[in-house]
Amino acid sequence: MAAVLVTTKINGDTVEFACPPEETLLSVLRNRLGLTGAKEGCSTGDCGACSVTLDGRLVCSCLVLGAEAEGREIATIEGMADQDQLHPLQRNFIEYAALQCGICTPGFLMAARVLLERNPDPTESEIRYALAGNLCRCTGYDKIVRAVQATAKELRRPEKNKHRRKKA
Amino acid sequence: MRYVRPSTTQEAAALLESEPGVAYVLAGGTDLLVRMKLGHIEPDLLVDIKHIPAMHAIAHSARGTRIGAAVSGAMLGEHKALARAWPGVVEATGLIGSDQVQSRCTMAGNLCNASPAADSVPALIAAGAKVVVVSSSGRRTVAVEKIPSGPGKTSLAAGEFIEAVILPARSPRSGDAYLRFTPRTEMDIAVASAGVNLTLARGRVASARVALGAVAPTAVLVPAAAKAIIGTRLDDDALGKLAAACSAACKPIDDKRGTIEYRTRIAGVLARRAARIAFQRAGGA
Repeated sequence: MAAVLVTTKINGDTVEFACPPEETLLSVLRNRLGLTGAKEGCSTGDCGACSVTLDGRLVCSCLVLGAEAEGREIATIEGMADQDQLHPLQRNFIEYAALQCGICTPGFLMAARVLLERNPDPTESEIRYALAGNLCRCTGYDKIVRAVQATAKELRRPEKNKHRRKKA
Repeated sequence: MRYVRPSTTQEAAALLESEPGVAYVLAGGTDLLVRMKLGHIEPDLLVDIKHIPAMHAIAHSARGTRIGAAVSGAMLGEHKALARAWPGVVEATGLIGSDQVQSRCTMAGNLCNASPAADSVPALIAAGAKVVVVSSSGRRTVAVEKIPSGPGKTSLAAGEFIEAVILPARSPRSGDAYLRFTPRTEMDIAVASAGVNLTLARGRVASARVALGAVAPTAVLVPAAAKAIIGTRLDDDALGKLAAACSAACKPIDDKRGTIEYRTRIAGVLARRAARIAFQRAGGA
């Protein structure tokens, strides 16, 4: 079986890899590129733990072939923080205790980021629908929803956010 | 397994034609890759059609709207003109899976996966949609209801694949709607579903199509249900006959999602509610 050679962009960097044609993008990220943030949960597109973006759209990387990444742009959880500065969603997930075991967290963060980019002021119901493709067996979801709500509020008021950060 | 990404439809058709083993078309992959992982299918060749530009196009003409086979649910939902003209079809497709799945899933894939509970299919049948089926020997246009032939089975011959879905030109004062019942509001599979599409003339239903999902081995068109409301102002009597015709057309299974009795009854209820929504969307009072 001939390997497929793929050139793609991941978190802004050009990356080349070779993989068997049936290998998933999730497996490529984790096992070939060392990007282990995306997690394998169900492997059938139900749990969202492997969520990444493909040309800006949220996908389950377990339902994308590595070969399909050719010429596309991928963003993973590893590109979310700006150096040492956590993304506001990451900071608020910690602040609001929106994670326990942490397996689902990268997927939730990717999904929440896509949501807030498209809809800066979502209702609670919109947040719950947008995150319906991500399963969490620890938190009961409420704390995740609160963390997303707090982040949305913070991102809509960047001035206040700056002040808070200085005090902290 | 080999993976190929042709840049034209002709090339894709030739690849499928010349493959001696098992070949599949890959668009969104949200069903195909799951079936591969579960070992239900073992393709020798995957033909990725996403590098064919026409597969991503939504084009309007006097004959209707042509939606390429690789247009995702998300792209469809973002197309405002389409959502205005065919809210039932767009909403039905939007019900497929999570946002993650919406980024990749397609109507053509939903149709070819041939689940009796596929959400976009009853809405497409009610809409009178057709598909363009292509192979190396040419093209044919087929009504959507002719594609699924049983659970997981289609009427497509070896080497054939769907190139586009065609929604007919829309008359003014038309409306469509799709409703499904699921125990949960999201991330669930229809227990029963109904799509209704109708056009009004002088306040009365001039033409209609009604289709049901998850109550038979394939989604079904129910001409008797349409007949029950044509010529009426969708009064309670007409709606009662519509519901009865729908229940009479059900041949459901008993499973963990619902019993035969429940599915049979709820199909009529859903059709009645969908008809009301379609009527209002068409400007009926």
